[in-house]
Order: sequence, then structure tokens, then C-alpha cells
Amino acid sequence: MSVVRRESRWAWFFLAPWLIGLALFTIGPTIAGLVLSFTDYDLVNPPRAVGVANYADLLADPKVGTALWNTAVFTVLHVPLQIVLALAIAVLLHRMAVARGFFRTVLYLPVMTPPVAMAAMFLLLLNGQTGAINELLSWFGVDGPQWTTDPGWIKPGLVLMSLWTVGSTVVIYLAALSGVAPELYEAARLDGAGRWGQFWHVTLPQISPTVYFTVLVNTIASLQTFTEAYSMFFGAGAQSGTDGDAALFYVIYLFQQAFGALRMGYASALAWLLFLIILVVTAFQVRASRRLVHYEGSPR
Amino acid sequence: MSSLRTAIAALTCTALLACAGCGGVGAALTPETAGLTTMGFGLPDEHATARVAAYRAAHPETPVRIVEGAFDAQQFLSSVAAGRPPDLVYADRTTLGGFIARGALQPLDDCVRRHRVDLGQFRSAALGQLTYQGRLYGLPEFNLVRVLLVGEDTVRAAGVAPERVSTTDWGALAELTDRLSEVDGNRLRRIGFDPKVPEFLPLWAKANGADLVSPDGRTPRLDDPRVVEAVAFTTDLVRRQGGWPVFKALRDSFDTHGARNEFATGQEAARPMENWYINTLANNSPKAAVSVRPFTDRQGNPISYASGSAWGIPVGVRDPAKACEFAVTMTAADTWFAAAKARKEALARKGRPYSGTYTANRVADGRIFAELYSAASVPLIDAGVRVVLDLQDKAFALPVVPAGLEFTQAYEGAAHRVLTGAQDPAGAMRQAQREAELAIERARR
Repeated sequence: MSVVRRESRWAWFFLAPWLIGLALFTIGPTIAGLVLSFTDYDLVNPPRAVGVANYADLLADPKVGTALWNTAVFTVLHVPLQIVLALAIAVLLHRMAVARGFFRTVLYLPVMTPPVAMAAMFLLLLNGQTGAINELLSWFGVDGPQWTTDPGWIKPGLVLMSLWTVGSTVVIYLAALSGVAPELYEAARLDGAGRWGQFWHVTLPQISPTVYFTVLVNTIASLQTFTEAYSMFFGAGAQSGTDGDAALFYVIYLFQQAFGALRMGYASALAWLLFLIILVVTAFQVRASRRLVHYEGSPR
Repeated sequence: MSSLRTAIAALTCTALLACAGCGGVGAALTPETAGLTTMGFGLPDEHATARVAAYRAAHPETPVRIVEGAFDAQQFLSSVAAGRPPDLVYADRTTLGGFIARGALQPLDDCVRRHRVDLGQFRSAALGQLTYQGRLYGLPEFNLVRVLLVGEDTVRAAGVAPERVSTTDWGALAELTDRLSEVDGNRLRRIGFDPKVPEFLPLWAKANGADLVSPDGRTPRLDDPRVVEAVAFTTDLVRRQGGWPVFKALRDSFDTHGARNEFATGQEAARPMENWYINTLANNSPKAAVSVRPFTDRQGNPISYASGSAWGIPVGVRDPAKACEFAVTMTAADTWFAAAKARKEALARKGRPYSGTYTANRVADGRIFAELYSAASVPLIDAGVRVVLDLQDKAFALPVVPAGLEFTQAYEGAAHRVLTGAQDPAGAMRQAQREAELAIERARR
């Protein structure tokens, strides 16, 4: 047996656990979901083929539109804010000469907070009558909104809360910033670039692959947002419409249809629609990245 | 075939959970080869431990595994679909109703006949929540009713005699609410009267002479003019107190389960509430002057809305006879009496008064309150006992509704849209009616 062939066998051997997991827990359920999206299935009785009825229902269901709109608004607000804030913090931290490690740790700590605990904490902080955030705003003469109860302010409140975990993106940017060659800044300074010029013409192009990566993963995560909003507005007996639909994100609606209404076939159709939406959004981002992302050695 | 169904169920759950980005809730239930496994039941106090002990003493040959924790629909459905359900499930009766309509639980008619259970001893509203198409699917446990709580000091401070707080005259209640509430610009300092909508809409509709659904649970009546009137009245009470956003925000900030609860601090004057809260108030703020009254309809008759827990036996369990035996034992009058006695003794050891045990078993309650309960040192408990016992058989409950969750979402969502000013009461309830009809029709297909 040749060395190449032997090494190839070992490679397959070491890859096998992951490949088996991929087949069993990702590809298999994904295909099963596609098949079930053409059935009426309540987990109790056997699936019954219904053709494209679930997809037709989906188009006629006003809650799907509401859930998609809520998710889109959250994503459009959350992703740019998260990226800009994380980048700003990372640049500041990168320039710090002392205690950078300390602040990096402090900023990352909130990421370790369980999402449900975070949701409970923010329900108190964001309370429009007694919460600390409105109390803080009142010091500046601002009459804060009802973040958790006014349908118009629930999504902005959730976006505000989502910035609590900005530390994870900050850490990624810090790693990217430390990889930018100092001589590039030196050359920029010699060319007369100020701090903003250096950031715009050196830092941003150099870390653009990292920014692109964080935009991509944050967008996908935002489109799948679930835990915090569910804990705040739908969990523990409040699964019905007590708080209205302002926080009804797409995956929450999918979950309600699957495990509340027992419409597994319909929920599978919803899952496939989300998959297609993510696919289209990601394809658009990949296409846009060709013009906006700079890779070392590639022509701009 | 069964292994194919198991595979389909496992794949479906994995696919949806992977997509939803949420994991499971712990290890799947794996019933032992012998004995009983329960889901949704906990052992927080003697009401639970003493009854389980009674069963174990009577049936030492049957090991019982209590998987503690609240009922989890996701876990239960996965286990049913995988063909490995727990032998018994314990959950809210409304929740069980949804599973009954789907055929996930088995009828208990033979079981109660075999054990000669006198169903007449159970409260009819509770049994109604577990009866579908003429067959019984569960045995009821605890029974909760809604009462009216009035913070006497707060009401008096507003210059109103506490006796005047009543739900009989809706016009007078609206005026009273204006006097009792305290609105300061964009801030609500005190809730005068909380109608507890959307949650208590069935109670307000009933007070106005309407049911939200037909007795067989198949025909929603959400656009009934009397239901619309109840929605209009209750949501207007909230509007008068600053509107839903500030009203709900203040309500959310209450230390409801603590010593500085809304009645102790005077942040709320009155509201209808489930009777369990009487004990919470008595334990946490025994000095707060709170009176307990019956909720009344517009003719002045005491009414209430009942809910509570129950035992059910899933389809496909290995030994339904044993499971039945357990459910019968847990809900029997003797078992309840023994548990209440154990509870009273445990509380006495801690120097705390026994405030009674309210079950769906009329015989059990009769014995408990005749032989075990004695006037407590906290007046609130005594007042509560009198009112709650009187209401137990006057309470109604919603029947089993196919697509129960969607039905509830339909009327609660509609009331919420009115509360936030997104829709007028008639339009919101018309939409709710259409949504509920569609959901019920789909569930029955």
C-alpha cells in the first residue's frame, strides 16, 4: 500500500466521527424536514401527505409576515450596531498600552452569562416604570420609552440588550487588529494620513475579511434569534399572546407551531423557508464581499 | 413500522431544534423495565411526598420514578413519538386538553370503572376539562379558583369604602378605578383596579353572560357581542390608568412573591386573582390588610373560573393498569387527607399556620376543612378559606378545545391588540373568531 493511500485511509478514519455526526444530526434531519414539510404530522399520529399545502398555508399565514418583519428589523438594527460598536471598542482596546488584557476579559465576561439569566436581568433594567435604563435617561432629562411593553419599543429594547454580548466580536477584532503590519501605518503616516485616514485606508481593508466573517455569522445568528426574546415574552406560561406579536421572531413562531400547535409538517416548511432566506442573504453577502473585502495578495 | 415512526420523530425533533437553535431539556426519559415513571410532577412539599409515599406503601412491588420538574411539552411529545412515553403525565388541565384532542392520552373510563371510582366526588368543572367526546381522559388534582383581592388600606386612603369594590356594576367599577389609580404624567404610581386581561377574559365574558366556546369545545364564540363588550370594558379600565405600556410595565415591576408586594406597598388597590396568592400574601406580608371577595357577574352572583392540574396516561404505555392505579391513589380522598395532615404537621413544626388544601375532590376538601383546618392566626387565610370553599362548585372552566393553544392565542392576542390600540374590540374579536375557527377546523381534520 502506498504512503498516499495509507495516509488517505487514516484521514478518513479521523474524519469519520465528524462525518457520521454530520450525516446523522445535520444532513439526515434536514432531508427528513424537507420530506415532512409535505406532510401533516403532529408527532402523535403518523405523518399524512398533504402535497404543498403547508407551503400554501405559509403564504396565507399573516403571522409568518409579522415574524419575518420582526426578524428582519432586529437583524437590520442589531448587525450594524454590533459590528460598529465592537470595532470601536476593539480599536480603543488595541491602542491601550496597559490593562488591555483586563478590559478584554471584562468585556468578554457578559458572553458567559446564560441567555435566560440575561433576559431576566434586562426585563428589570428595561422596565419603563422602574428600570435602571430609564432612570439613567432621566438624569439627562430624557423621558425613556416603555421598552418591554410598548410594541413600538420592544424590538429596539431587544437590540439594546443584544449588545450586551458584544465582547465576543470584540475579541475576534482584537486578534485581527494585532495582525495588521505596523509598517503599513508607518507608510500611511509618511503619506500624511491622520488617525481616521489610517483607520479607513489601512485598518479597515486589512481586517475586512474578519469584518466580513462577523457580519456573516451575526446575520445568520440574528435571523435565528430565539432564546432571549422567548424567555422575556413567551416563556413560563406566557406562551400565548399576552405580550402581543412585537417580539414574535421567526424561530419563536416556528417553535410554537412545532411544539405548541403540534404542526410538525408546517414547522418543517417554516424551517425550509428560513433556510432559503438565509441562503439568499448569505449569497448576497458573498457577492458583495467580492468588491468590499480585501485579501492579502489579491488585487483590489 | 414503529421503528420507522421513531426514526421520523427523532429526525423531526432534531431538525426543528437544530433550526430553532435550541437544545433539549436534559436526558430523554427512559422508563425502567418495570415500575412507573412520571413526568411533570415534583415533590416540593408533603402534599406530594405523602401521597407518593402512600402509593409506595400500598404497592411496594411497583417502583415509582418521579422525574421532577415542570411538564415539558417538547420532551413529552418526543417521548410519545419515539414510542417511549412516561407512564403518567402531570400537567395543567388546559395543557392536557390539547393532548387529549390530539389522541396522545388514553381514555380512563375502564380504569375508573375497575377501581370503582365515584366520579361524583370530583368537581364537575375540573372533570369537564378532561372529558372529550363523552370520554374521560384524566383525573384532576389541585383546583384553583379566581377571587377578588382588595387592599383595604389603599382603598380607604383613596376615600373609598372597601366594600364598594365590586365587579357587579361595571360603570361604578370604572369610576372607582379612576379614583383608586394614581397617574402622574407618563408614570403610573398605583394601579386602581387590574382586570387581569387578557388572561382572565373568560371570567369577564362569563360575568357578562357569554362563553368563549361552545360546551363541546368545537365552536368558538369570540365575536359574541357580550364577549366584545367584556373586551371593550376591561381594556378601557387599563386605558384609564395610563394605557397598556405603562400599566404593564408597573405590573411587571411588582415584587409579587415578596414581602414588598403590590398590596403591602400600596402599588395596587384591587384585582381578581387565583386563590393561591392568598397564601403567598399571608406568608409574606401577614400585616397587609387585604380582603378576599368573590368575583361577581353583572347580576351580583358570585362566579369564578377554575383551573388546575391533572394526571393523564399517554397512549402506548406498557402497563396502563398500574398507571391507572397510581392516578387513582393520588387523587383519592383518603390519600389527600393523609397528605393534608402531613402538610399541617410539617407547617406546625416550622411554627406556621396551615391554610388548607384545595383539591378537585369534593369529599377530600370536605374532610380536610372539617377535621384538619382550624381558624388561623392570619385573618386573610380565614377570609380566604370561606370565600374559596364557597366558590369551588360555582366555578366554570373552558372545555377541551382542539387546538387549545391557538384558541387561547387567538383571544389573548385580540385583547392585546385592543390594549395597545392596534384594533377596536369588535374588529379584534372578529379576527380572533376567524383564527380560532381555522385552528379548530385544522386540528379536527
